[in-house]
Amino acid sequence: MDAIIIENISKAYSKIPAVSDVSLSVRPGELFGLIGPDGAGKTTLFKMLVTLLLPDKGRATVAGRDVVKDYKALRQLVGYMPGRFSLYPDLSVEENLSFFATVFGTTIKENYHLIQEIYVQLEPFKNRRAGQLSGGMKQKLALCCALIHKPEVLFLDEPTTGVDAVSRKEFWDMLRKLNERGLTTLVSTPYMDEASRCDRIAFMQTGKILAVDQPVAITSRFKKRLYAVRAADTYQLIHDLREAPFTESCYAFGEFLHLTVKSNEGSEQQIGRFLQEKNHRNIEIHAIQPGIEDTFMALMTQTQPTA
Amino acid sequence: MNRFIAFVRKEFFHILRDRRTLLILFGLPLAQVLLFGFALTNEIKNAKIAILDNDKSPHSQQITNKLLASGYFQLQENLRSNQDIERAFRKGTIKLAVVFPTGFTNNYEHGRNSQIQLLADASEQNTAISLTNYATAIIRDYTAERNPNAQLPLTIDVRSRMVFNPELKGAFVFVPGVMAMVLLLVSALMTSVTIARERETGTLEVLMVSPLSQGQILLGKVVPYLLLSFLNGCVIIALGVFVLNVPLNGSLLLLLAETLLFIFLALSIGIFISSLVETQLVAMFASLMAMLLPTIFLSGFIFPIESMPKPLQIISNIIPAKYFIGIVKGIMIKGAGLQYLWQPTLVLIGMSVLFMGLSLRNLKTRLA
Repeated sequence: MDAIIIENISKAYSKIPAVSDVSLSVRPGELFGLIGPDGAGKTTLFKMLVTLLLPDKGRATVAGRDVVKDYKALRQLVGYMPGRFSLYPDLSVEENLSFFATVFGTTIKENYHLIQEIYVQLEPFKNRRAGQLSGGMKQKLALCCALIHKPEVLFLDEPTTGVDAVSRKEFWDMLRKLNERGLTTLVSTPYMDEASRCDRIAFMQTGKILAVDQPVAITSRFKKRLYAVRAADTYQLIHDLREAPFTESCYAFGEFLHLTVKSNEGSEQQIGRFLQEKNHRNIEIHAIQPGIEDTFMALMTQTQPTA
Repeated sequence: MNRFIAFVRKEFFHILRDRRTLLILFGLPLAQVLLFGFALTNEIKNAKIAILDNDKSPHSQQITNKLLASGYFQLQENLRSNQDIERAFRKGTIKLAVVFPTGFTNNYEHGRNSQIQLLADASEQNTAISLTNYATAIIRDYTAERNPNAQLPLTIDVRSRMVFNPELKGAFVFVPGVMAMVLLLVSALMTSVTIARERETGTLEVLMVSPLSQGQILLGKVVPYLLLSFLNGCVIIALGVFVLNVPLNGSLLLLLAETLLFIFLALSIGIFISSLVETQLVAMFASLMAMLLPTIFLSGFIFPIESMPKPLQIISNIIPAKYFIGIVKGIMIKGAGLQYLWQPTLVLIGMSVLFMGLSLRNLKTRLA
């Protein structure tokens, strides 16, 4: 049986839908990513799964327990790390951890093996107040606190938001290690680059799931031709390209623009000629393989008219 | 049980590590009692007066001496003319002027109606009333001493006695008041703020997704503040009795029990407030507006309820502090027992049950 089963779940806040008719299942031992921009409904979906919110419609089970009926039993089985830092800033690292251990009826000693790898990095600061830790350290401590009672399913709501790039990478390395031990993990993130580190991902947008697949497979849904384009004047370039007759869409990705062209138009030469006519200098154009973000952007614009 | 102890321990950490909380908890009651005890008193001591003696006789001299010897008055200056009186009042150097008219002795010794004029600065009306009353009493005393046998026909001799507080000490009034105020403030404000804080930082979310029940979370919040508030109550009682000489005529045990009941009520109100608000700031304002101001103005602590307009008198009936102040005064000063105090006690119990019930009803196992 799947570790998380969501069936047609919906939730609205005073008539404004936050999650609408979402169905999803996460296999045991999977590291599942929920990718979507702010306001997509990720946090609401999480809160329903960890028994904090009642769904308006639909049902969901986590670790075989219904999130509404068996909420008491379920609370023992899930580890939950909310989006913002939710520890006590005036308690020390060790006090926070031992508090949450006791609340869940266990001790640090008993389950130390679960958090050892993460906690060794925190140990030098164990007497420091949690409020004085760096962003990355805070998240590590929060992860320890969510793991200390040996949960069957771990819910991490945007654990890397506001954390520096190095700490983010470290954090995902840790998630991978935890996952290798068989811990089912559902993690949400607004960062597309993190999606490739999941076993499977789901794209979420305005309360709906757009696509669910493996990170590699999901990019194969991107059927159109894609180019990376660069020129001296980026601002003018994006303006001109969006006006061009062959353009389907054009977004800035770092120093390049990703240009999707309409099915039968827009060869490299055609784009080159167009840009030269517009007096662009230092033009660089090459065809590229679509990434996760390209796919997401494409799916987003596809569904928007119907949404 | 372990869970619960861990929760209470955590709560103590919060309290002991936050200087502001500590200051409110222990600095506030001390400051209040000492302020009210020594600085903010409406008792009269050494009020500055001026004498305009147009009579310059042994009688006027003796009355002046008697006034100054009372301890209530202190001579600021001897005036020479009526213009001087107005000048002294304008300068604000004196609170009261005593004027002996020319021919005072002559009238007095010939059994005619003799007069002394008292002029008081009524820009502070309470002080003015007290000063003229004191001075009148002293002057009447003087005549009575002089003519012990003079039986004037058809005079009504009023003799008043101040029961329970013969020296009219202000401490008797404000110690119970301060106690009610501080306990309400500490218990209601602190609990509502601390629960709102957990909600604000998101830790409440994590606690809710734990095996702790909402009842345990609430109880864990209440217990530390119950203990600390009770300690506070004891400190105030001790300060009142040993430093400000408020008597403790009734049962200490009953007093402590009533204090505990009142703290429990205040905590219930605090929890009730916190179940309605989302943020610490709102919790604080709600507590201050709903608790502190009515307690100061409508409980009879500072302004007597009897002299309030009727609507306010009615409102004062729902102010918990009113009942508690009555109980504390009853026990400490009048030595009353439960047989006299069961009524207000019952009201406090009723209010506690009401607010606890309401907050338990508002308890949620989920966020929304």
